[in-house]
Parts: sequence; C-alpha cells; structure tokens
Amino acid sequence: MSQAELTTAAAGRAAPSPLWALSLFRSEVGTVFRRWRTIALLGVLAAVPVLVGIAVKMETDDGGAAGHGGGGPAFISQVTNNGLFLVFTSLAATLPFFLPMAVGVVAGDSVAGEASSGTLRYLLVAPAGRTRLLLAKFSATLAFCCAATLTVAASALAVGAILFPLGDVTLISGVTVSFGEGLLRALAVAGAVALSLVGIAALGLFVSTLTNSGIAAMATTVGLLITAQIVDQFPQLHAVQPYLFPHYWLSFADLLRAPVYWDQLLDNVGLQALYAAVFGSAAWARFTSKDVTA
Amino acid sequence: MEALSAAGEPAIATHALTKRYRGGQLAVDRLDLVVPRGSVFGFLGPNGSGKTTTIRMLMGLIEPTSGTARVLGEEMPRAGRRVLPRVGALIEGPALYGFLTGRDNLLRFDAADPTADPRTRRARVDAALDRVGLVAAAGKKARAYSLGMKQRLGLAAALLQPRELLVLDEPTNGLDPQGMREIRTLVRGLASEGTTVFLSSHLLDEIEQVCTHAAVMAQGRLLTQGTVAELASSARGRLAVTTPDTAEAVRVLKEHGVNDLTVDDDRVTGELPAAVPELAELNAALVRAGVRVRSFGTARASLEDAFVALTGEGFDVAG
Repeated sequence: MSQAELTTAAAGRAAPSPLWALSLFRSEVGTVFRRWRTIALLGVLAAVPVLVGIAVKMETDDGGAAGHGGGGPAFISQVTNNGLFLVFTSLAATLPFFLPMAVGVVAGDSVAGEASSGTLRYLLVAPAGRTRLLLAKFSATLAFCCAATLTVAASALAVGAILFPLGDVTLISGVTVSFGEGLLRALAVAGAVALSLVGIAALGLFVSTLTNSGIAAMATTVGLLITAQIVDQFPQLHAVQPYLFPHYWLSFADLLRAPVYWDQLLDNVGLQALYAAVFGSAAWARFTSKDVTA
Repeated sequence: MEALSAAGEPAIATHALTKRYRGGQLAVDRLDLVVPRGSVFGFLGPNGSGKTTTIRMLMGLIEPTSGTARVLGEEMPRAGRRVLPRVGALIEGPALYGFLTGRDNLLRFDAADPTADPRTRRARVDAALDRVGLVAAAGKKARAYSLGMKQRLGLAAALLQPRELLVLDEPTNGLDPQGMREIRTLVRGLASEGTTVFLSSHLLDEIEQVCTHAAVMAQGRLLTQGTVAELASSARGRLAVTTPDTAEAVRVLKEHGVNDLTVDDDRVTGELPAAVPELAELNAALVRAGVRVRSFGTARASLEDAFVALTGEGFDVAG
C-alpha cells in the first residue's frame, strides 16, 4: 500500500461512527460481566434470599411466627403469609451492606484496575478518549447496580414462590392489592434500590481515578461505605446525616404504602443525583488531567 | 487538502520537549527529535534515559511540562482523537485481560477506537491474528499465554487498522530467536508498505539490521540522531592484524600512527588515525619488517561502537 492510499484510508474513517459511544459501552459491560469476580459477587447476592428464605421456613415450621419480638430485617414477619415479601425482606437485608459493597468493588476497580493491569494505556491510545471511557465505565457500573439489584429480587421471588404461598398483598398502610400490583410494586422497589446505589457508584469511580491500584480503590470505597453507615447511626451527628449517601436508603418501603409517601423517596433521588454530579465531575476533572504512567 | 500538507511533515517532530515529574526529576530535557516519514527509526538509550517518557508524551498519555510534540503533522496531546487512530502502539510491553481470550482482547481494544468500523471488526481481528501468527492460540485465555505470545498479541492490537505510524517499544522482548526474526520481517514488510516505524530496542544489532535512522538518548537528553550509516561511520573502524609476531607488529603500526593498540593472543587491533593511510602500504610495511601476517583488515564500526563512544558506558547501565 502506498503512502497516498494510506492517507485516503485514514481520511475515509476519520468520521466517527454515530454509535461511537455504544461500541465501547457494550465492550465495557461485556468485560465487567465476564470477570470471575463479578459472577462471584452476583452469586453471593443470589444466595442471600435463599438463606433468609430457608431460615424463615425452618423457624416457622413449628407453627411460630417469624421475626417475633420485632427482630430481623423489615417485612420478615410477613414472609410466611406471602412469598412476595421475601423480595422486600431480601432487598432490605442486602441494601445496607452487600449490595453497596458489590457496587463499590466494581466501581473502585473500574479505572484503577485497568491502570494496574496496564490495559488503560492501550485503551487510551486506541484512542478511547478519556471522557468517553469514563462515561462508559460509569454506565457499565450503573448497569451492574441494576443487575445486582435484579439478581437479589429475582432470586428472592423464586425462593419465595417455592417455599411460601403467593397471593394478594397487604400493604403497610393496611390496604390489600392484587398479586399483579404487588409484583409491579416489587419492581418499583427494585428500581428505587438500584437508584440508591448511584451515589456509591459515583464515589467509587472518583476514588478509582485517584490511584493505580485496583485493590486500594476497592478497599477505600468499601471503607467509605462503612464510615458513612456508622456516622449515620449517631444522633449527635444529625446535622450531616441528610448528606450521607445511605441516609434515605430504606425509604423504598414507602412504595408499599397506599398512597405512596413520596417525600423521602424524592429526597433519596435528589441526594443520589447530587453525589453523581459532584463525584462524577471530580472523577472527570481528575481523569482528564492525569498523567497515565502505569 | 489538509491530508496532503500533513503528509509533507515528519511523522514525529518534537521541539524542546521537556518532562519534569512532580518529584522534580527531569525525565526528558529539551528534546528535538525528527522522525522522517517512511523511515524505520531506532530509538536507543540505556534504561532510564527517558525513552518511555518520550513515547508516552508522543501518545498523549502524559502531558509535557514544556515544549511541543507533533505526531503525523498534528499537535499532541490536543489532536489525539484525530491522530491516534492512525497510530499503532506497543508501549512498555503488552498488557492484556487475562480472563479474556486472545481474540476477545483484540475485539475489546478495537471497540475502544471510535473510528473502527464494527462491521469489519471480526475480519480485521482475524487478519491481525494471522499477521502475527497467533491464529491457533486465539481461543485460549490470555493468562495462559507465554511472554512471547503476549508480545505478539500486543503487536496484533497495533495492527488492527492500516496505520501510518507504528510505535513499538521493545517489540522483540521475550521472543525466541525465531520469533525475533519473524518480527523483524514483519517490521520490514510494514515499512515497505509505507508505514513509518518508530522502534525502541536495547538490541543494537537488531536496530542496525532493521532501521534506516536512529537516535540516541542518555539522561533525558538527545545525544545524536541521523541515518544509521552516518551514526556508524562517526565511530572510526578498527584495524585488525593476526600474526605470530605481535611485538614487532605493534612497533611498526605505532610508527604509522595507529593508536590504542591492544594485543590479544595473536591478534593486534588498533584505531586507525584520522587521516587513514593506504592500507596496502601499511600491510607492505609490516611484511618488510619481517612480520608474518596471517590476516589483515579493518572491522567496520558497528552501531554499538558508536553508542559506546557516545554514552561512554555499557548499554544496559541505568542512567
């Protein structure tokens, strides 16, 4: 091939494809979900409803009610009457730690993991474009948030259907709705839970741009999660609590009222959007100006 | 025509390119490098001399502290999105996703390039695998690859598209002699198609065999650049005489102005003076003096001689 032909070939493909962002996003999602670690995280999340379901079944087989004395996660006392409640119980049980930890691992590893394996430099000279790569990483992490939440919900629904009866759903406010509407509300709850994870996803992405060690970024993100959870427990610190990303997490229960209480749900959405904006911008500022030496 | 005017410019041209790391360490110091289009350019220097930092600045991975770098006629890192699709690079060894197969690794790197056409992706990946002789192992997980196979896969990633410039940092690292020869053949083939190849290597004879041009760096500075023939001729050749009468030979040669004479068994070598005397006369003088000459000749200066003369040290010594 002559020099002239090379130049024409280059000019011919100079215009980026209209689907320029999607190609990398699809590759990114594929890469995240083909990692053995991601499969293991989803496996652990799927096992939680199985454990809860079996525990409730064993405890109630002798005729007693589950979670007597008000102990255990929310809704656990209702599981024996209606398997659908296992979905709510499992989401309430995994939201404080298991779910955000899994998201923290994936988000923390997203940029730092590529830096430590050296593949980051090859993506950048491809050239992925720093902003485009960061957007693809963030979208793939959000896809993982949805997948993780749906894994818990689907596993809980399956276990609930096998171990317990299904039927009309009595909401927190005492109103009974059909099983179909109950399912829709379960889907809405899963959506609210997935949205609750946006904040830690953005935080993890930012931490991930600060270091070249995937392990350090994952540990820092999970450490921040634990710190926020602890600070959220102290009444003396109530001034900062409304700004902590886990503060409104359990507001998803308000979707099980008729009519739905929107206040805290909307506060949660606003807070997660704030985290995404602040830490997303910080990650962008850091990543687009950083010297890639790994 | 922007493309035509750009084609007239060198493939790489830096002006006073400088990188000072945050610790204050000066990695690259006012580098003026010119890589002509169509050349196979050898980039030499001891470890730690700033070669990789230079390559990273050229590829837009790190920001220069001062100075400019133009690649294919456009300024880096600003024009990276236009320049980098026309550049294939292998930087500081291959880096792969161990849990993906060789083919899937290439598919991922190709997906990262916004100018790469997804419709031809599989065909281009297969062609690149074929070019580096990795078709048989394409379905294996990359973590099971040997260093040589990883190196080949890294090269394949640089060859996913027709490129105007290839930047290859130590491309034969970890390859067996057969593999090294294949890579050299590949580089020559690419160069004959019109691709400019910028090659860093610590194997001087490799550079000498493949490259048309070379530059030498030490401690962040450019010591010299030019064609390989110019560089090698800048180091003078040495005279070598094999004789059983070494003492007498040394005396005669010294009289004729040959310096730095050393005797090694029956072999006398020395540096010819700047005004090279007629070699036949020199030989006749030896014979007249009764020196029994078994062989007589000059050893052509190698790039290694030139390199040692420039840096005054062995090649793999860190700067």
